[in-house]
Amino acid sequence: MRRLFCTLLCLAAATSPAVVHAESDAATLNELKREMDQLQQQMQRLQEKIEAIEQKPAVTPPQAAPAAAPVASSWSPSQPITLMSSGASYLNLSFDLITDVGTSTEKDVSKLELGDHDPDQRGFSLRNAEISLDGAVDPYFKAFANLVFKLDENNETDVELEEAYGLTTSLPWNLQVKAGQFFAEFGRHNPMHPHAWAFVDQPLVLARLLGGEGLRNVGARVSWLAPTPFYTELLLGVLNGEGETAYSFRNSDNTYGRTPVDRGVSALDDLLYVPRVTSSFDLTDTQTLVVGASGAFGANDSGSDTSTQIYGADVYWKWRPERAQRGFPFVSWQTEGMYRRYEAGADPAAGLSSENLDDGGLYSQVLWGFHLNWVAGLRGEYVTANDSAYDNLDPEERGDRTRVSPNLTWYPTEFSKLRFQYNYDHGEEFGDEHSVWLQLELLLGAHAAHKF
Amino acid sequence: MPERMLTTMRPHASKRFISPKRWATFLLGTCALLAAPSVARATLEVVATLPDLAALARAVGGDRVNVTCIGRPNEDPHYVQAKPSFIVTLNKADLLIENGLDLEIGWLPALVDQTRNAKIRPGAPGLVVAADGVPLLDVPSQPVTRAMGDVHPGGNPHFMLDPDRGRLVAQNIYNALVRVDPSGTEVFRANLERLLRQIEESAAQCDSMMAPYRGTKVVTYHRSLAYFCRRFGLEEVDTVEPKPGIPPSPSHITDLIAGMRQHGAKLILMEPWHEHRTPDLVADQTGAKVVELPVQVGSAPDASDYPSLCKAVVSRVTAALR
Repeated sequence: MRRLFCTLLCLAAATSPAVVHAESDAATLNELKREMDQLQQQMQRLQEKIEAIEQKPAVTPPQAAPAAAPVASSWSPSQPITLMSSGASYLNLSFDLITDVGTSTEKDVSKLELGDHDPDQRGFSLRNAEISLDGAVDPYFKAFANLVFKLDENNETDVELEEAYGLTTSLPWNLQVKAGQFFAEFGRHNPMHPHAWAFVDQPLVLARLLGGEGLRNVGARVSWLAPTPFYTELLLGVLNGEGETAYSFRNSDNTYGRTPVDRGVSALDDLLYVPRVTSSFDLTDTQTLVVGASGAFGANDSGSDTSTQIYGADVYWKWRPERAQRGFPFVSWQTEGMYRRYEAGADPAAGLSSENLDDGGLYSQVLWGFHLNWVAGLRGEYVTANDSAYDNLDPEERGDRTRVSPNLTWYPTEFSKLRFQYNYDHGEEFGDEHSVWLQLELLLGAHAAHKF
Repeated sequence: MPERMLTTMRPHASKRFISPKRWATFLLGTCALLAAPSVARATLEVVATLPDLAALARAVGGDRVNVTCIGRPNEDPHYVQAKPSFIVTLNKADLLIENGLDLEIGWLPALVDQTRNAKIRPGAPGLVVAADGVPLLDVPSQPVTRAMGDVHPGGNPHFMLDPDRGRLVAQNIYNALVRVDPSGTEVFRANLERLLRQIEESAAQCDSMMAPYRGTKVVTYHRSLAYFCRRFGLEEVDTVEPKPGIPPSPSHITDLIAGMRQHGAKLILMEPWHEHRTPDLVADQTGAKVVELPVQVGSAPDASDYPSLCKAVVSRVTAALR
């Protein structure tokens, strides 16, 4: 094949003088130029062919990818610093903004909307602007951090280190360890960031049992991928279980009327344990089912030896045809039920004896991606509780509530969305309330891919 | 096998006690049979992200490999679902073959992180990036932003419909198989050579089928047929999408129709997962034909393996132009 190339070179050499001798006015020169260009292109094409053919004896090692490395040396001060490109990915950086506008028949919106990222007032609110960082630390660890900024009713900024953890990638025996501050893997909704939510607000049962900020704390979690033919994962999280983000546990701000006992960690059962098992089945090529059961067990601050147990079950089903365009159409159904027993201690000063506060509830939601980039959703919720002496102090906090929320979301691309939602609220204590919200989300940068 | 041994022994057993010698033979035989699979070489577990890569791996690996494919033939490779069952598949993989150039970025990293399989993590010998060493088109010459749509910063990743590039990918897969299973080198090499020959023959047939139609002006839905068009001499004048991954807008459709009339574009080529409404409307206005192509192995009965894939695509193009 090299011979072909040489022949061509000779041919080029032979033809060009012949043309030059013919005439030398400008027109011929131009023609000559064009011909030479053509020849050059032809040679380039042949060269490509030769290279391709030369690789035929097969055993050549793969060459270094020519386009794979936009090298660091090409950086100039006027360019933004590139942390991620197809050539280098030391750190994925993303910024996600969620802002809401709307109104409600209830003047104090935060009575209805219990979640920390939910709209909290009539008019505009901005309850989630997060900076996410993630990447591979080295061949053994990945790291992830989520810094959240929120504006409160006075337009003051709240900052929180929502998550910051490392994750192992290469442990033997199918184990994986997560360590740092993270959302406990309890159910499906709790570990999700607001931008992955299908509704404007957090489900009521999560807010009541796990807290408006979700159940997240500093600790460690080990998980094991079971050697079953279908996906089964067993997880056990051990967390400190302290503060506002461990709402039903050692949280001095939530002791149901009792004077909080600052217990600290003096024994292993003062920590919070979060076991979970989850399995998945491909029912058909287009339908997948994921089921899970979770628990959260730990001490609470309402007494010196009181504890809380939360149990949850979740199911998720999704249908999507093979020929989906950009993931549409699809239908999904997600339901979670939870039950909590909060052992409240006795506080004679407050006139409260020891009692069990039993709370439970569920939400069920259906999403229908009926058209490219359009999703219609419907969610129904119910929360209930037993009667307790505490209810005399605050009748609304544990009162029965029902909420029905239809919504419609339009995704111009995967990186932006506009969502309209109506909430019909009915409370045992407050009657009927109606709210409408419009939500805008913008996602900038390289965001880690989502789990199923 | 053990059953047959038992039946042959039964007559003796009915007469009298089986002699210790026979017992020993039987036990030894059973043990040997049970041990046999572990003595024989284990089949290599290969997982490919997409059907074309799986087809190449099957052809090169032969019966020394067991190939599982994640994406389905008529599924958009950008939007494969990261189903948990794939975590189990990937957990057992000795080799993972991915296309690369961020084609699978929306779903593969989330799966690989959950697999706990160090063999297939980035940088490990069990990870094959098909795009390695493949000459690329559409490599951006300016910094990429999302205002341009879904531009792949490393270059256009849809190179598998060019058989010449497919041959390079087959070699990448061969190299990886040799790396993880050196004892199979001879088999892999023979398989590879046969495969390369088949691809070449098929490409030559495609060339002669396309010869009368070279230079035909076409429109594609997405920039995913660029390599195919270039290889077989079709001239792409525009795309139905205004920008990669951005749904068509009315103003773009108006421009597209005007441009197609001006250029005399004859075909609108598209993949099976795109909506038909817009292309049909444009075809109606311009007299062009909409052609849905089987773009991945398995997406049509006549695209059953990689060498036949380009023939399947070409035959649909020529049928529409005839």
